[in-house]
Amino acid sequence: MVEFALPKNSKITGGKSWPKPAGATETREFRVYRWNPDDGKNPGIDTYYVDTNDCGPMVLDGLIWIKNHIDPTLTFRRSCREGVCGSCAMNIDGQNTLACTKSMHDVGAGGAVKVNPLPHQPVVKDLVPDLTNFYAQYASIEPWLKTTTPTPQKEWKQSHEDREKLDGLYECILCACCSTSCPSYWWNSDRFLGPAALLQATRWVKDSRDEATGERLDNLEDPFRLYRCHTIMNCAKACPKGLNPSEAIAELKLKMVERQI
Amino acid sequence: MNAPKSSSMRTPLARVRALGASHSGTSDFWRQRLTAVAMTLLIVPVIVVVLMLVGSNQAGAKQIFSSVPIAIIMLLFIVASAWHMKIGMQVVIEDYVHNEKIKLASVMANNFFCIAVALASIYAILKMSSGV
Repeated sequence: MVEFALPKNSKITGGKSWPKPAGATETREFRVYRWNPDDGKNPGIDTYYVDTNDCGPMVLDGLIWIKNHIDPTLTFRRSCREGVCGSCAMNIDGQNTLACTKSMHDVGAGGAVKVNPLPHQPVVKDLVPDLTNFYAQYASIEPWLKTTTPTPQKEWKQSHEDREKLDGLYECILCACCSTSCPSYWWNSDRFLGPAALLQATRWVKDSRDEATGERLDNLEDPFRLYRCHTIMNCAKACPKGLNPSEAIAELKLKMVERQI
Repeated sequence: MNAPKSSSMRTPLARVRALGASHSGTSDFWRQRLTAVAMTLLIVPVIVVVLMLVGSNQAGAKQIFSSVPIAIIMLLFIVASAWHMKIGMQVVIEDYVHNEKIKLASVMANNFFCIAVALASIYAILKMSSGV
């Protein structure tokens, strides 16, 4: 059955409160999920105070400041710090988003900035989720151009109109904010591909250069792989790039009906 | 959580591909919408019929159901709603019940229940409509 409560060893118990930085005039409270696989303890929420005069404006800046000045054991992924790589996806103040593009001022209404790992994924450590299944689902949609016609001397041609059909799809950075915000994905992520993989699938189904459209649809036509999407639309709300996976999935369903009726 | 089973040595891709796509689901998806639209169209005449039935005895009800359009509207509504109920409930079961045996039993019970409700209702309407 669906698990409405966390497993015993995942229940949040306690956490450490770190002292305010000495000499700081303006601080912001951060409450950060901590879990260490090596100490055998349950996860906890640590409280930190970030000197906002010594730190950039984004939540990621705050986390980096904590790691540099207070607690070097705090673990999280980050890379580009400008919303392109998708590494720092986490749950900030109840919303899945990228820590690097989320301003501290826009969360918590001046109170604590609450930071948790992406929901309903196994945790590797602290804010690092295990996305193995998510990446395997992406691989399963075979995200590359498939053709039978011999490769042309130059490039595969595409009209401007056909290229425009990929707008709103190709921008996905696979940060997993959408999939991990989807209740259907929480309950059935072993069989439901989730909004991110399905948006990518739509991107290849709609690519005018691709010659495997039917095969791709065959691979998706399944009560669980595709039809677990109930248009809840948490994905569209969560997407830090402003994309709409729900709409992309609806297009897939329409194509399924179109080829049947 | 659906944490990968540590005991399994299958690769993540093998686990995702699993038994492959079943190449089904579109028919149910389409029928769910078809019956939804049918019910939207039928609900107003059905409400009118129900209001006509308020306060009438069995003889009066038989009189109302003896009208062919009324009997057909009610039959159509029963078929559309029972079908919609069957598909909708199956979706809920598939969403939330993960034990394979319980899931199969639930889907089976759902089918039995919906068919029984539909046939009982159809039988009642035909009986009333034929004035027996």
